[in-house]
Amino acid sequence: MQLRRFYRVVDDRVGTSTVLRKALAKVFPDHWTFMFGEIALYSFITLILTGLFLTLFFVPSTAETTYQGVYEPLAGTEISAAFASTVSLSFDVRAGLLFRQAHHWSALIFIAAIVMHLLRIFFTAAYRRPREINWLIGVTMLALALLNGFTGYSMPDDLLSGTGLRIIYSVILSIPLLGPWLAFLIFGGEFPGDAIVPRLFITHVFLVPAALVVLISAHLAIVVRQKHSQFPGPGRGESNTVGSRFWPAYTMRTIALFAAVLAVAFALGGVAQINPVWIYGPYGPAQATSPAQPDWYVAWGDGALRLFPPVEFTVFGYLVPAPFLPGVVVGGLIFVLLYAWPFIDRRLSRDTATHELLQRPRDHPVRVAIGAGSLAFLAILLIAAVDDVIARFTHLPVVAVLWVLRVLALLLPFVVGAVAYAITRSVRDRSAPDPEPTAASPPAQRGEQPEPAGIDLWHNRLNETWRWRWRGREGRELISHVAFLDRDSAVAGAQLAYPDTPIDDVTPPPTPPRPITGRAGSALLAIALLAIGRRRRGNGRRTGR
Amino acid sequence: MSAEPLRQRQAGIRIRIAFIVATLAGAAFAVCYAVDAGEQALGLTIALAFGSIAYGLGAWARLLLPTGGYVQSREPSLRRPREESLLIQEFTEEPSPVNRRSLLGLLGLAGTTIGAALLFPLRSLYPPGQPAPLTELRQTPWRFGPRLVTTDGQPVRPTMVTTEATLTVLPEGNLEAGDAPAFVVRVPGPGQDGGTIHAYSLLCTHAGCPVALYESTTARVLCPCHQSVFDLRDAAKPIAGPAARPLPALPIAVDADGFLRATGDFTSPPGPGFWGR
Ligand code: HEM
Ligand code: FES
Repeated sequence: MQLRRFYRVVDDRVGTSTVLRKALAKVFPDHWTFMFGEIALYSFITLILTGLFLTLFFVPSTAETTYQGVYEPLAGTEISAAFASTVSLSFDVRAGLLFRQAHHWSALIFIAAIVMHLLRIFFTAAYRRPREINWLIGVTMLALALLNGFTGYSMPDDLLSGTGLRIIYSVILSIPLLGPWLAFLIFGGEFPGDAIVPRLFITHVFLVPAALVVLISAHLAIVVRQKHSQFPGPGRGESNTVGSRFWPAYTMRTIALFAAVLAVAFALGGVAQINPVWIYGPYGPAQATSPAQPDWYVAWGDGALRLFPPVEFTVFGYLVPAPFLPGVVVGGLIFVLLYAWPFIDRRLSRDTATHELLQRPRDHPVRVAIGAGSLAFLAILLIAAVDDVIARFTHLPVVAVLWVLRVLALLLPFVVGAVAYAITRSVRDRSAPDPEPTAASPPAQRGEQPEPAGIDLWHNRLNETWRWRWRGREGRELISHVAFLDRDSAVAGAQLAYPDTPIDDVTPPPTPPRPITGRAGSALLAIALLAIGRRRRGNGRRTGR
Repeated sequence: MSAEPLRQRQAGIRIRIAFIVATLAGAAFAVCYAVDAGEQALGLTIALAFGSIAYGLGAWARLLLPTGGYVQSREPSLRRPREESLLIQEFTEEPSPVNRRSLLGLLGLAGTTIGAALLFPLRSLYPPGQPAPLTELRQTPWRFGPRLVTTDGQPVRPTMVTTEATLTVLPEGNLEAGDAPAFVVRVPGPGQDGGTIHAYSLLCTHAGCPVALYESTTARVLCPCHQSVFDLRDAAKPIAGPAARPLPALPIAVDADGFLRATGDFTSPPGPGFWGR
């Protein structure tokens, strides 16, 4: 009751009930592929939380200090403050290693989730009008995430990160005309220099995360405004969204997902070693590690550098160095193609209409082929980044591995694309066309004349609200997401969602429309406050709200 | 009314257990921290706590709450043509006798100029007054002709150079210079003499990694980054991998005290290539 009084105070001054009631009733489609975006969001939050802890201890400076912690092999040595503080985070700060490793693992999860999210959007054509803007924002966020991952693991000034930085420096240096200036501006002079670590730091903990926060906000605001797209299905159309309400089911589910992301990040952070910088040792310009592999999300770039033949050429007598084509052009092209894809697709399909219904991958073999072929290409680049490890395990010369991979990089995308095309075609041909695709309905019923759908509209005397429900074949029904305050708005909502469907006034259905366990929210609060909620038996089954 | 509550009750018990486990695991985390039980215990307890919350809430949503079955209508278009044209009018109407277009043009010019001017301080990222990037890239401290020293500062005598392994050398007095690392090694000639001392830049001509691996039987150095191979019997030309240029050689001589000393800079700028090299 305290809560109710508090809310009244707020509502009286700010007037939030209409907006909140609408927000709680927002419908989210129930499909597992819609989770990846949320996982990305929650791992980003995990990154901020764990990262904040790290900033309290990490010293972004290459000034020499004497390491005085408990890690024997380095005790008393002169190393950079950045490296010393990272080693301290790992050995001397209690729980420091947990947070360091959880941070690094969340970074891997974050980027993996973004990639899966992108693939879902790609293969179901969710990027079509009106969602092109969110596709562009999404690709930008992917690029920023890669950048932040790279700046993150380049900061500790260990041997592996220094080697990675040196390669990036060389890639920047290779850009025609601008390269030397760009590299010198970014690094504050010739590599390595003392300016780069503090610059990486401010980029990593502020610039890029701030940009991501802005973009994520825009991304989500647009999703709310446009509402989710959805797969075709019974009762689903261009003018409605079908699924779970935000409150209560979806809220519980999404918090559960957040908790699961935290659980995985901390479990891995606790038991799975990642980036043991103390083993690599401090960076020195004359040293190198072998084998040296970057994190997977930048490894494809490293793979491209390895695969590309040793070509350097001159333009007007000026050198265009070897890393330029694989390091700058290949990566740049991949991102240009990603950005351009919705517009390429629009050209190819001559489809500029608005779409709220997703396409099923099987119905679009060409897109599946293009996607699968591109993934095969990236996979080869990724594998190429471990060509030395493969050579070691197979006892083949690296050169042989390299040649096999070079051939595969050119051939495999087409082979995979063709196979994907054939498989998709056969799946499509075997699944009969269905105007109202219902995987569950037995084939015998498909031929039957569908009983026309209808809308039931009723008045709920308990709280003086109106509600409607869509009735389809085989007893399927969908309830309006919210209780309307008057008949007119209820009718308007029903007609918007199902144009040309007859509306019948009915008495309130004998069974309450949908059991809503009414006290779920207060129970959640009680748990948050008291840690163990009181026993709540036989939750009041309420209708409406 | 009969089966449902039982199912719900069972679900309730499971969820309750999950939240109790979460509470205990959370407390266990605090205890593990207090007794410094190590990051594995910390990670597993906090993961168990969050995992139980995830399980409990997931079960709550799945078993006790209505999932799916709701429908929300969606407007055919978010566009409001009348509002849109009224909005555009706000900007296109000529509200005053002052010629707005020319004022706006001047304001735009001022804004652009200020914006461009504010880009100038970015130049401070590479402080003005320092040598131009190309100059810096083209020269190394070897041009002063310093002695060759090992990574811990020992001057190098010819006898310290073997055929077995490369010896990393730096210019005396400039141990930190990023572009200076070089190596010396004895490469046996065709006859069975002791071999001659070769000195090359240590930085791979592909992307600058130190070419740290030496195969003495073939006199080849290998880059650990992308596996470029350079043949020391053939002027350190690249024979495999993505590197396209030979390693620059370092001209050396033995000075009056019997130490190796550079007689000039590398034969070409070391490390990765660049425009204007
Ligand atoms: C897009 C989000 C982010 C990604 C992908 C990311 C990724 C990484 C990675 C891979 C590392 C290397 C960790 C290691 O040493 O193994 C790192 C280090 C670090 N991150 Fe982040 N991070 C992100 C956001 C943040 C934020 C928001 C902060 C701070 C508010 C932060 C603070 C730090 C600090 C201080 C370090 C250095 C400590 C160390 O290396 O141990 N990060 N980050
Ligand atoms: S840096 Fe040596 S091969 Fe790339």
